[in-house]
Amino acid sequence: MTTSEMMTLKTEPFVLNFGPVHPSTHGVYRMRATLDGEVVIDLEPVVGYLHRGIEKLAEERTYGGFIPLTDRLDYISPMSNNLAYCLAVEKLTGIKIPERGEYLRVIMAELQRLANHCVAVGSFLNDAGAYFTPFMYTFREREKIVDLFDMVCGQRLTYNYMRIGGVSQDIPEEFLPALIKVIERLTIFIEEYETLLKENEILLARSKGVGILTREMAIDCGISGPVARASGVNRDLRKADSYSIYDRFEFDVPTCETGDCYDRYRVRIEEMRQSLRILSQAVKDIPGGPVKAEVPHLIRPPVGEAYGHLEAPKGELGFYVVSDNSIAPYRCHIRPTSLINLSALRDMVKGWKVADLIIIFGSIDITMGEVDR
Amino acid sequence: MTVPEVIINNLPMEATPPDWPGGYWWHWVFFSIVLIGFMLTMVIIAIYIERRGMGRMQSRLGPNRAGPFGVLQMIADVVKVLLKENIVPDKADKLIHWLAPIVAFVPVALLFTVIPFQNGALLADLNIGILFIVAVSSLTTLGVFMAGWGSSNKYSLLGAMRNVAAVVSYEIPLALSIVGTLLVAGTMSLNGIVLAQDIPFILLQPLGFLIFFIAGCAEINRSPFDLMEADSEIVAGFHTEYSGMKFALFYLVEYAEAIAISAIITTLFLGGWRGPLLPPWLWFIGKTLVVFFLMVWTRTTLPRVRIDQLMALAWKFLLPLALINLFITAIQVLAWDDAVNWIAVVINIVVMGVLILIWSKFFKLGWGRIEV
Amino acid sequence: MKFERYGLGILKGMSVTIRHLFRHPTVTQYPEQWLNISRRSRGNELVWSREKCTGCCTCAKTCPQGAIEIITATNAEDNKYDVEKYCVDTGYCIQCGLCVEACPYDALFMGYSFERAQYRRNDLIQSDDALLESPERPASGYFHPDIAEKLPEQTLLIEKITEKRD
Repeated sequence: MTTSEMMTLKTEPFVLNFGPVHPSTHGVYRMRATLDGEVVIDLEPVVGYLHRGIEKLAEERTYGGFIPLTDRLDYISPMSNNLAYCLAVEKLTGIKIPERGEYLRVIMAELQRLANHCVAVGSFLNDAGAYFTPFMYTFREREKIVDLFDMVCGQRLTYNYMRIGGVSQDIPEEFLPALIKVIERLTIFIEEYETLLKENEILLARSKGVGILTREMAIDCGISGPVARASGVNRDLRKADSYSIYDRFEFDVPTCETGDCYDRYRVRIEEMRQSLRILSQAVKDIPGGPVKAEVPHLIRPPVGEAYGHLEAPKGELGFYVVSDNSIAPYRCHIRPTSLINLSALRDMVKGWKVADLIIIFGSIDITMGEVDR
Repeated sequence: MTVPEVIINNLPMEATPPDWPGGYWWHWVFFSIVLIGFMLTMVIIAIYIERRGMGRMQSRLGPNRAGPFGVLQMIADVVKVLLKENIVPDKADKLIHWLAPIVAFVPVALLFTVIPFQNGALLADLNIGILFIVAVSSLTTLGVFMAGWGSSNKYSLLGAMRNVAAVVSYEIPLALSIVGTLLVAGTMSLNGIVLAQDIPFILLQPLGFLIFFIAGCAEINRSPFDLMEADSEIVAGFHTEYSGMKFALFYLVEYAEAIAISAIITTLFLGGWRGPLLPPWLWFIGKTLVVFFLMVWTRTTLPRVRIDQLMALAWKFLLPLALINLFITAIQVLAWDDAVNWIAVVINIVVMGVLILIWSKFFKLGWGRIEV
Repeated sequence: MKFERYGLGILKGMSVTIRHLFRHPTVTQYPEQWLNISRRSRGNELVWSREKCTGCCTCAKTCPQGAIEIITATNAEDNKYDVEKYCVDTGYCIQCGLCVEACPYDALFMGYSFERAQYRRNDLIQSDDALLESPERPASGYFHPDIAEKLPEQTLLIEKITEKRD
């Protein structure tokens, strides 16, 4: 039964513009929603407000000089962006990375996953209406992780830490004791956070069964990351196409069946627990040695192309690099995780209300820097 | 002996107004000024409690720069808001846009006239006090709707429509939960209800307290029911297009209503101004602020409900519970001569627990999705 | 997962919130209390050392933004370059640190201070003597472990704030 049959009064759909400047579109994102009363009938996304031409700029920077720009793509998790680009170029050149460098890369990537999920979960609950309280709690924990990153590479948001051939510098001696304390503290924090919100009836009523993404649609649209795993697609690049030294660690990949907003929230919380598990194993086994292979200052890879991808906190982030034996890439294309995850928004939202639109959009967890590049 | 005669014969004190020199008009002028001053002062204290309390619960401090410990923050905010430019949108309906804050504010001020601060110290000791409150408190919605319509903004209209739907739905459980206390107290005058509370009615009518609290939070657009002005969805709901003093009036209305509902809860359920040692008006203010802190606590913790879940909660959960509560209270009042006794307390608490358990099992929220 | 619908979930959540009321807030009152920033902080301005710089221009070539401008003249008697102008456009710099990493003679350092805002955009272009190390513009330990050892230790949130009221 359509809405027009249910109501005897004739109503007219109208277009409401959730503009680029809005309190809860994560960045400058514009949606034109056609509403019939409160029910969303159609959704037209308008992207491009943050386009900076990063792919074109890659052709004018050297291979090593492009790394600071990859920080600015998904600015909530820059370590993963750096790492994806370095993996692509290392596939082109065939450089081997020393052991300590690999362990440090894994530690930084998993810490980054924790920090990103803190933001994702906090913003999701903020959109649901819990007036900044869970947001403040998760950001307090993210602050502890960002302090560690600050200790290693000197900045809190644009790290520029990974290099082609390893990482840029070794960790100071106070890093590992602080990291062990952070791991213990975060384990306690996740338990307390679950008490706050896991069985909250209002959250369950708002997000269970809302915005269902079916498994077939997730596979058809090419969706990856926690969004796909919540719909039942059991694919995690750390196990499926293992890169770096992830095959040495023991961890599970959490999946759920339904694919509603609540499942995406649960998958992210469980992923945080698994990241803590990987971190404790990595901290125990870390060897000594150099952290970066001997590479020349200006790299000239042989002619060819390579696609390096990894399991970023938001999904599969990939860099496709084409080289023509000069000091700058010939073409560098970025597989934008958030844009591809966003492509299913319209079908997820039809039939739900305005309040659900915001909460479904928040549960996909996008960053506009990656959508628009 | 009928029930009211029993109660009047057993009243511990006489309900007399204090004898003011000058008679009726002097009483009226004095109390009007006292009430307006009281309302504004309580709003300032309430906003201070809310901002500092919510800040501490979120592991940060509230404002602490304006004045020692931030007590002058509200005054700084009021001065700032008064100095702002008053922008009216081009296509807005000017008269309705201008009148809306006033229509929203006046009923809230009227609510304070029948609440007792001390034995007999009210502006007007109406003997239909409760009826007056229920009637006047729903007039604020008219102001909100005028604001939403007169702003010529789709966001405002959405917010205003949601508000009308919610307030109309929650009037009924609100009124029904009050009737339980009326049956036990035997009089509609608020001063009389306070005098009849040898045992505070929160123990005698625990289900009534819960229903009144939830319905009261919904009436005043407070979290978890603040979808009328949901910050993250419809930018600011019905007061998006307001700036300057008109916005300050809406802000004042929101907190003054919260204080008014807290004051009514104190009078009806917690025993108003009764208490040992300290002067009665101090007890009254203290109890009101404790109830307000409870509202701040729920606002900090809970996410927002959706509009259809809000309506389902009112019609399918609160209304049947209020009716059953009324039924059981009526049986108790008829069965015992003295309805205010401790057996009734125990029975009512047990009944509340059992009812909530059973009714939660049957409460279905509905799917929420409509095929398009 | 059992769907508890009786309102217990809400009560548990409220207990967590009220417990936070009695804990230490995670707040630093900024102008009165300061935290120590990281020893390897990639601060806002560059610090240059005139004695060690040889004018090789490796930093200018490595900079992704092209924010460094160097003018040298040849000095035939001493067989080296004289650096006539060394100019950094701090507004264009993205603080990536690649120049510091690239310098073969350890002549370039990142800055350690962060309260260095200027009022005019032209003041952001700093050259020659304005780039030397001074008490307002100390050098940070990014890629210079000897300097990093002398700087104060960074305040970490994990060390400072405990969950009990102290």
